[in-house]
Amino acid sequence: MNMLSINIFQNWLNHTHGIWYVLVLAGIAALYLGFFAVAGLMLVYLERRVAGYFQLRLGPNRVGPWGLLQTIADALKLVSKEIFMPKFADKLLYKIGYYIVIVSSLVALAVIPFSRQIQALDINVGIFFVSAVSSVGVLGILFGAWGSRNKYSLIGAMRSGLQMISYELSAGFAIIAVVLMAGTLKMTGIVEAQKDTWFLFQGHLPAIVAFVIFIIAGTAESNRVPFDLVEAEAELGAGFHTEYSGMGFAYFFLAEFINMFIISALAVTLFLGGWLAPFGITDGLPAQWLWGMVWFFVKVLAVIFLLMWFRWTFPRLRIDQLLTLEWKYLLPIGLVNTVIMAFIVWKDWLIHI
Amino acid sequence: MDTTQVISTDQLRSQEYFLNMGPQHPATHGVLRLILKMDGEIVKDIEPDLGYVHRGIEKMVEFETYRQLIHVTDRLDYLSSHMNNEAVALAIEKALEIEVSDRIKVIRTMMDELTRLASHLLWWGVMGMDIGALTTFMYAFRDREMINEIMEQTTGARLTMSYNIPGGVMFDLHPEFPERVKKLIKHMRKVLPEYDRLLTGNIIFKKRMEGVGYLSPEDAVNYGATGPVARGSGVKSDIRKRAPYSAYDRVNFNEVLEQGGDNLARYNVRMKEMYESLNILEQLVDNIPEGPYQMPTRTLIKLPKGEFYQRVETARGELGVFIVSDGKKNPYRVKFRSPGFSNLNALLKVGKGWKIADLVAIMSTFDFVIPDLDR
Amino acid sequence: MAYFGKILYGIKTLWTGMKVTGGYFFPNLLTKKDVITVQYPDEPAVVFERFKGEVVMWHNENNEHRCTGCQACEIACPNGSIEIIWKREVDPETGKKKKMLDQHIYHLSMCTMCSLCIQACPTNAIMWSVNFHNATYDRSQLTKVLNKPGSKLMAGVEE
Repeated sequence: MNMLSINIFQNWLNHTHGIWYVLVLAGIAALYLGFFAVAGLMLVYLERRVAGYFQLRLGPNRVGPWGLLQTIADALKLVSKEIFMPKFADKLLYKIGYYIVIVSSLVALAVIPFSRQIQALDINVGIFFVSAVSSVGVLGILFGAWGSRNKYSLIGAMRSGLQMISYELSAGFAIIAVVLMAGTLKMTGIVEAQKDTWFLFQGHLPAIVAFVIFIIAGTAESNRVPFDLVEAEAELGAGFHTEYSGMGFAYFFLAEFINMFIISALAVTLFLGGWLAPFGITDGLPAQWLWGMVWFFVKVLAVIFLLMWFRWTFPRLRIDQLLTLEWKYLLPIGLVNTVIMAFIVWKDWLIHI
Repeated sequence: MDTTQVISTDQLRSQEYFLNMGPQHPATHGVLRLILKMDGEIVKDIEPDLGYVHRGIEKMVEFETYRQLIHVTDRLDYLSSHMNNEAVALAIEKALEIEVSDRIKVIRTMMDELTRLASHLLWWGVMGMDIGALTTFMYAFRDREMINEIMEQTTGARLTMSYNIPGGVMFDLHPEFPERVKKLIKHMRKVLPEYDRLLTGNIIFKKRMEGVGYLSPEDAVNYGATGPVARGSGVKSDIRKRAPYSAYDRVNFNEVLEQGGDNLARYNVRMKEMYESLNILEQLVDNIPEGPYQMPTRTLIKLPKGEFYQRVETARGELGVFIVSDGKKNPYRVKFRSPGFSNLNALLKVGKGWKIADLVAIMSTFDFVIPDLDR
Repeated sequence: MAYFGKILYGIKTLWTGMKVTGGYFFPNLLTKKDVITVQYPDEPAVVFERFKGEVVMWHNENNEHRCTGCQACEIACPNGSIEIIWKREVDPETGKKKKMLDQHIYHLSMCTMCSLCIQACPTNAIMWSVNFHNATYDRSQLTKVLNKPGSKLMAGVEE
């Protein structure tokens, strides 16, 4: 059997029964949790370094070689803080707020194809699943803010609820444009359909418009500048996570970075060819699972760098300007774009290199 | 049941609540407490609660001599500390009828303009941070560092210099002063257009600033707003032109006026004032006259009986110093007319009806420094 | 049409802003030429010679200073950071009792670095030093006695 084209995790699960099945499942879950933690730490470190270079200074470079252990030191500091609860806070909501955000990010992480052989869950409605699950993260923010019994948090959470719901629509239309080209919702199917050309170049104008819309909607989904009025530090103290300290705050913080990673991973899978090498450079080499992962991470880091560039350059939008942007500009353009894309796919005017 | 009944929107009321933009807040530049009465996100009423930084300076200086009084004014509005010192020194010289030499006047004017440039740069950096663009802070501080080094070389301190004394300045200029100032002018002329490209033309910035926080010229005059706040509404209020002091009557510069009255107009006034400061520095740096840097005065200064007033243009507006003396070595009463206090009154009028995000933007273009309000 | 014009204007100005920050990022990544921070303990901090660090008293190589105990600096200080303790002693040259300096106490914790004391001193006894490493763990170490033990007044100062 050709080992190169079968999902490794699926392979393990197919060949085990009973107690080993459960153990293998737990092992895969632990692997993903480990990846979540390490990726979160590395992304925080990367953000601080990149921010430093934009601001004419170096980022953290003292703790460990090149400052790589900085986030571990930060995590230790956060763990050692006192976990308290405001006196009149709603106990249940306050406590489950940050769990829901983490859970939604982790579940969305499960369907992302890191390589042809590495993907935890390959269901036939992959893209739809990711979009649905990442909407659950809004609930976590609203629970946390409502449970904190703090006016500042409430203002932040109300803004966030509006923002997330609105931008899901635009992101959805961008995804539909791609699904029209691919013909399937399955993640591996979408990546396989980009074998000769990436979707960004295949559907020329509509795909580029869809990419831009998806990046903007993705930035809004993960609450980053210019859409970060949810946690606008200069206006509201700290927004919805004002009343959290220690690990509670750390969970919100990590979940934001993992959301950013998921959005970038989606953008790469949908538009930039997933784990495929450009022009098939490394297709003849052994250990294909590794080369797929390498290309995937290079592309994801490029998109993450683009999101960071936005963060450190632009000012923040006000809530009504944000909603104007979505409902008057992105949504109509997205609709028209989908219609044009459908027309182009029907007539097969795609570019194949 | 009549289902065709129409409810007009004034019958739908939402409940108003009070929000405390408390003393500890990242956006009020200092310790200012504003009690906002809000409806959703819209601010209906503002009530300030001042006094968190009140140190009783006006009472404290009744027990200090005149030389010590100049030093205390350093810490009023610490971003334009040289201009505060100059106000008191000029008032004392007016009372004692001392005529200072040309060199002293030119040195004072140049230090004034350097301080004004540093203050406006810090304003720009912090304003960028308030509305969300976080890199502007570091760029502004890079330029401020050059100005701080110039100050440190000549006076020894970077921010609160207490460089003026009645009758002159404390030390002579360092020999490297002219060349450092020329390097600074060249650097700033290269970098200020970059700041325009980064922030001013940006569409997000324009939408945050244009049309927000309109202050009409009549309101500006009625509330006593001075400085860039009034000049942004078209009111001529530059003390350097109307009542020139030090060397301002011999340099050519324009008084920057804008007619818009909104945030963007006040922003443009300050950006153009930075260019004007560079022009003044350029005209003066090559022509520093020779002469004494300290006029002879007594060690123990006693002012004659009477009342003396002196106004200067700080980076925030008009600072007035009023000294009542009864012939002893301590003043009888000193009163500071602080620019921020009157501008705060204008803020209470302007801020109603906007959202919180707009209120933060308006406050950052008004450029408060709270020790100046509270004295 | 204004709709599309606005979109294009928006994209153009946003791209101009991104070019400014990008123009600092990419060269810095390779050559670090615009970095304005100083890696402090490794590289020395640049201080100029007129910097107001702390007030010290000048002593020559025979451990003699120039302070006569006239209290001019104590009067000039705005917030009382200087205390002069003087004593009456027999002057060895003339044989008469004279006022001399015992201790010149300087509260570094209260000093606002205004230089009024240095301006007021008639004999140039005290001066600025550029030492800024003044942080201590114990506040009592910030009250310093400026004249070194065993030092006396230099001859010929009191004119």
